Amino acid sequence: MYGKGLRTLSFATVASFFLALGLVFFYAPLEAEQGFLQKIFYLHVPLAIVALCGFVAGGIMAIMHLRTRDQRWDMRSYVAIHMSLIFGVGTLITGSIWAKGSWGHWWVWSEPTLVSFLIVFLLYAIYQPLRFSIEDSERQSRYASVFAIVAGAFVPLNFLAVRLSTEYLHPRVLGSSSNLPPKMRLTFLVCLAAIALLYITLCKFEMTAKHTRSQVRALRRALSGEASRLGRSAVPTLDQAPGRAAGMGTGTPSASVASSGAPAMGRPGV
Amino acid sequence: MTRALLAELPALPLHEAGKYVAGAYIVAFALVLIYVAIMALRLTRVERELSELIERTESAAKSPTDRLSQATQEPPLA
Repeated sequence: MYGKGLRTLSFATVASFFLALGLVFFYAPLEAEQGFLQKIFYLHVPLAIVALCGFVAGGIMAIMHLRTRDQRWDMRSYVAIHMSLIFGVGTLITGSIWAKGSWGHWWVWSEPTLVSFLIVFLLYAIYQPLRFSIEDSERQSRYASVFAIVAGAFVPLNFLAVRLSTEYLHPRVLGSSSNLPPKMRLTFLVCLAAIALLYITLCKFEMTAKHTRSQVRALRRALSGEASRLGRSAVPTLDQAPGRAAGMGTGTPSASVASSGAPAMGRPGV
Repeated sequence: MTRALLAELPALPLHEAGKYVAGAYIVAFALVLIYVAIMALRLTRVERELSELIERTESAAKSPTDRLSQATQEPPLA
């Protein structure tokens, strides 16, 4: 179900990356002040934008989960936040390298954009431990959704607060892209599209993998006749969903096996 | 034509700033690579689990027919 179109998406991502890299290094002009160092901008800023949008998307998906009680929304929210955290790590590291090259320091605590991004990142870093600390899967997904909504609302507020702050050391991109020369703007937009495509592809990849894994687990439970969940996990379980994931049958593990084409053997003691 | 096009392209100034730019791009690609490697390992585990389950299902499906064939081959009781 989740794997549909993954190959096309992967090819599109790779192609857009080649195009973006070509534009960054061979098309976009060198910036007057920073020179070649400014090329980090085409990687760092799209990573940050996509990571922050991913956090907000995770919150929106969490709202959908609380509204519908469909575990698939919880899974999507989990994957979006998980992927945004990875992109957040990339943003922090590339930003740090840029700061070292540009300002001579790996980190500048007086710079509101850097510190605010770190706060958002650290806030979301507790998402996984929060999930893991709750054993009951229903409660886990509910609490995680509430967290994702509150934290997701914090992201734009944080962004606005930084915007309204007095210091403007950090280069502004959103809202001032008209300041960029046309060649730089085009390169930036292509890079943003490439990073966004990478994010979507990796999310789809992870959801496919998790869905497959949960199906294999359901099959294993059906074959061995186990009714309980296997251990504690921070990952949402699709097979215990009230709405059920597609292809997982009607509810009972044996029904799932029967619907998936495997021989319906009841509880064969193998 | 390709040579002429390449000659037109600006040379990459890989001086002092070059190492920072290279570092930033390498770190980003390494992150994606590590993630994909971890996912590939997990996928291998799922594949192994799936083949194990298929094996179990096949052996369970085979066993009644084996028993039946054994029963037909057994010599009649004297």
